[in-house]
Amino acid sequence: MLLRELSEARGVSGNEGPVRDIILEAVGDLVDEHRVDAMGNLICLKKGRRQSSEQAWPRKVMIAAHLDEVGLIVTGINGDGTLRFDKVGGIDDRILLSKQVLVGQEALPGVIGYRPIHLIPRKERERVADPKKLAIDIGAADKSDAEKLVQPGNYVSFRTAFQVLDEEGLRTVKGKAFDDRVGCAMLVELLKEDYAFDLYAAFTAQEELGLRGARVAAYAINPDVAFVHEGTVCDDLPKKKDLSPVTELGKGPAITFMDRSVITDRRLVKLLVTTAEKLGIPYQFKRVVSGGTDAGAIHLTREGVPSVVVSVPSRYIHAPVSLLSLSDFDYTVKLMRAALHTLEGGLES
Amino acid sequence: MDTVGLLRDLSQASGVSGYEDEVQAIVRQALEPHADTLRIDALGNLIALKRGKQADGAPTRAVMLAAHADEIGLMVKELEEGFIRFTRVGGVDVRILLGQEVVVHGERPLPGIVGSRPPHITPPEEREKIVGLDELFIDVGIPEERLSKLVHVGDIVTMRRDFLELASGCVCGKAFDDRAGVVAVVECMETLSTMDHLWDVYAVATSQEEVGLRGAMVSAYGIVPDVAIAVDVGFGAQPGVDEAESVKMDAGPAIARGPSIHPLMYEKLVATAKEHEVPHQTEIIAGRSGTDAWAIQVTREGIPCGLLSIPLRYMHTSVETVCIKDINRTARLMALFIAGLDEHFAEAMGLD
Repeated sequence: MLLRELSEARGVSGNEGPVRDIILEAVGDLVDEHRVDAMGNLICLKKGRRQSSEQAWPRKVMIAAHLDEVGLIVTGINGDGTLRFDKVGGIDDRILLSKQVLVGQEALPGVIGYRPIHLIPRKERERVADPKKLAIDIGAADKSDAEKLVQPGNYVSFRTAFQVLDEEGLRTVKGKAFDDRVGCAMLVELLKEDYAFDLYAAFTAQEELGLRGARVAAYAINPDVAFVHEGTVCDDLPKKKDLSPVTELGKGPAITFMDRSVITDRRLVKLLVTTAEKLGIPYQFKRVVSGGTDAGAIHLTREGVPSVVVSVPSRYIHAPVSLLSLSDFDYTVKLMRAALHTLEGGLES
Repeated sequence: MDTVGLLRDLSQASGVSGYEDEVQAIVRQALEPHADTLRIDALGNLIALKRGKQADGAPTRAVMLAAHADEIGLMVKELEEGFIRFTRVGGVDVRILLGQEVVVHGERPLPGIVGSRPPHITPPEEREKIVGLDELFIDVGIPEERLSKLVHVGDIVTMRRDFLELASGCVCGKAFDDRAGVVAVVECMETLSTMDHLWDVYAVATSQEEVGLRGAMVSAYGIVPDVAIAVDVGFGAQPGVDEAESVKMDAGPAIARGPSIHPLMYEKLVATAKEHEVPHQTEIIAGRSGTDAWAIQVTREGIPCGLLSIPLRYMHTSVETVCIKDINRTARLMALFIAGLDEHFAEAMGLD
């Protein structure tokens, strides 16, 4: 399964190479052209079947998903051979304790430990652990030992295996970085069909640092319309306060009408909703205006690009292990394929 | 002996306090070739006896080695909307649980996740508070209807952690507290097979240490040893822990000294280590050691105890780290100590 490979690949923002390589392999015969730009975006073109003389709109459609994941970066080596680190992207400090990680290109195993409970006064156990006191331990005996293996600037990812949790029902799976490897897997699925327009699939870099890859990719592509695919927040969990689940697992693709970075194009939202209803595909809206996506950068490119976001609900994103439903994934692909074909005839206002 | 292999198998096995069976099955297999008898007692202690060659007419003497088989873990408390609420078994710091992978031991082992809400929707003030036990839950990705048939209140939950080899001969995994000690005991028994020893040796993988030294209490009562050595893990020097509170990694076992340790046991362990050049260090324990030695010492009419601690980082997290050499050194020291037990020592100790 491509999602498994993508999930287990390591691609912290700024170091997306390993993920890009897997995708290059997967899209090999599906695309007419591809290139990697200065930011590390992988931009693939699947040419449309339409003759260039035909006057139809849109001519260029962009679909985008980001390659990168949140992670850590080594900032220094302590005297005892442990590694200081900083976070790359939005990570809640509280999830760092007691985790296994992989360091640098060689994927050196390491751990983020914590102090033994026996040595921590009761009062202190009720406070959040100070992240500045955490370090990565690769087993090095001392600083010079560690210096042979690691350099400041090495990227660190969580060490998490992909696994199917339930083969029935929603077909749940768990793994690392479903935000946004599930979007990458979707793009590969969408490239398997032919469309009337030119389809540009942009696998973008550095989304987690502020939509940085998408900005330049969209500038280069100069699309008429853009779709962004994400593994988005799914908070359908038991909780004390009556808070929105944002999205719910198993309820189908999540369509964004607005998030922190974009008000999506209402014609595209309508296209998606009518397509879903026509085909009887379950869908939901993303019900909380939170988080930013590549659409935030893309829709402001050049003179503006009508954009929308369609996501697969993913629980526990930005933590070492996330969870999603493969039936949500399949429905999202199905909806998008149908919507793209409908778009071949233009967009209703 | 394949120290790494045995530690891997034991670490991957599940054995929350009171549910040590899977661990004990592995220990039994490892001890069988070196034991004259093997039994499991009423509380789940595995007790292996290897007889010594005491001279005719001399009283039968016995030394007990104790390392605990159990590990800390969680237990299912309630099912709620398709998620699992849980409580702790033993000293688990709730703060390490967020984003942790676990195995729920229901009708079949179910992989699960202790869920964490993403930062996108977590207000900053919330991130400054810990997520308490009442808010934590496990997600096994199975819908409510089927979950209630697979998981029941009281089912145990273990941490799920791959065993990893790190640099410099260190390894990382769960439950090295005290599977590292169990490995040292097995390795000691194997070493003794190639040595002469006068005293009987009882190797015990004790149960329920993490909930109050319970297995050690009853197994020591049953065995009635002349002396005992508990093997546990000690706080290895690590970021955030004072030097004064810790022992050095890769520097051999820490030989404990203090009120719960018999002074002559300490002295003989140190003398043995020095004579045979086994790297070692001393650890002063002023009161409760929190180890099986604490319970064994006051069993029946009192049993002289020694305590060896294998240096270990990140105790009671799911990424405990030890140096394999420290386990080897601990095993070797115990074997040499046992080979040196004789009637002179018994007399010096004032044993009957």
